[in-house]
Amino acid sequence: MIRVVLPYHLQRLANAGRVVELEVEPPVSQRSILDALEARYPMLRGTVRHRATGERQPFVRFFACNEDFSLTSPDAPLPDAVVQGKEEFMIVGAMAGG
Amino acid sequence: MTKVRVLVGTRKGAFILTSDEKRQKWEVSGPHFSGWEIFHINGSPVNPNRLYASQTSDWFGQVIQRSDDGGATWEAVNNDFTYVGDPGTHLFYDDSQKPWAFKRVWNLQPSLTDPELVYAGVEDAALFVSKDGGQSWQELPGLRDVKGHMWQPGAGGLCLHTILLDPANPQRLYVAISAAGAFRSEDGGLTWMPINKGLISDGELPDPGADVGHCVHSLAMHPSKPGVLFMQKHWDVMRSDDSGDMWHEVSGNLPSDFGFPIVVHAHEPETIYVVPIKSDSEHFPPDGKLRVYRSRSGGNEWEALTNGLPQKDCYVNVLRNALAVDTLKDCGIYLGTSGGQVYVSADSGDHWETIVHNLPPVLSVEVQVIK
Repeated sequence: MIRVVLPYHLQRLANAGRVVELEVEPPVSQRSILDALEARYPMLRGTVRHRATGERQPFVRFFACNEDFSLTSPDAPLPDAVVQGKEEFMIVGAMAGG
Repeated sequence: MTKVRVLVGTRKGAFILTSDEKRQKWEVSGPHFSGWEIFHINGSPVNPNRLYASQTSDWFGQVIQRSDDGGATWEAVNNDFTYVGDPGTHLFYDDSQKPWAFKRVWNLQPSLTDPELVYAGVEDAALFVSKDGGQSWQELPGLRDVKGHMWQPGAGGLCLHTILLDPANPQRLYVAISAAGAFRSEDGGLTWMPINKGLISDGELPDPGADVGHCVHSLAMHPSKPGVLFMQKHWDVMRSDDSGDMWHEVSGNLPSDFGFPIVVHAHEPETIYVVPIKSDSEHFPPDGKLRVYRSRSGGNEWEALTNGLPQKDCYVNVLRNALAVDTLKDCGIYLGTSGGQVYVSADSGDHWETIVHNLPPVLSVEVQVIK
């Protein structure tokens, strides 16, 4: 199971906890995780990535294994630790503003 | 028992204020959607428990919420606002062309006859319609055909912020866009024409009388006289007696004719209200006095309404969707400020009371009277 951490506002929108566990078919990538997330929680469509373009919202970041994956390809494979559920895939609202 | 429900959108959530028809004691519900900008909440005229809310965030984009119980519970509906075809480009501040891109929903206007039908005015400016209560949205792209490449963002963005529906003619719609102007459709939104003759934007446009490009801030209409329109432009308060074919200025003795909202009294089609703001770069009332101005003659002659409003050291703004009227016999006027106050006058503006003092900055105010 992939463990995905949602930011506070998306937890409330989805009526979900901090961590949601998702079954994701390999290869596990940002895109496949977000596809599974949006299938489980349709109200999150358009909030993490743009509805029309599929691009990450500019103030959303993706962290895992103490690294920032925001600028890597959405189809790039994620680390084994994320695939095996040992590490969380974190969707983060960027620290923008005061 | 008659109930009044005030729907307040703020920078950090929605609030619902309720009272009886005396409008003296209020209950405050909220924040709903706390932490999100609520640009607009509006109710269906035919089913007042059907509400629509535009919930938006610089971080997490656009969400549309719907309630069927007057705001007690909400359901996120569809937020797919995809333009028809390639929307091309529009003018930008530096005279370059910039690709059209959806940012947020500014205005939700439910149909006067069908609670499932609702219009959405969005930034970058376009009009969308849903015929299934927000489960899907379709653009009405004919609007952007009216020289959309020459529209440019106002300071708040290239936003379609005002939608008026003609109660006498379901095929007739009006919209206003900053900074593009006012537009009218006679065929239910399929095709549009600019209605900006008579507007003069000296120092703002290369051609002050251009047919598009004017920074219209708000439009208003009384349902009994749908051919008479009132406009608060960037500068100038304007009036049209022929459905927007020609406008003339009615700023008269206002202390400043810059401002954002304009509304019409519920029972007096020639009584209108504006909130003068000092200037386009000084978004606060002249002289530090929050004054609503009322004209009982459809413009030109204005009186200041001050009783109960702060008349010293007041430097708040009142945004374009933050002034509203109710339909009770003694018409109520409602005012929300950037300082988080919501005021009510239960006697057409003669006396004002504060409903709430310390909300987040108010973006929009709508009122429902529920019998």
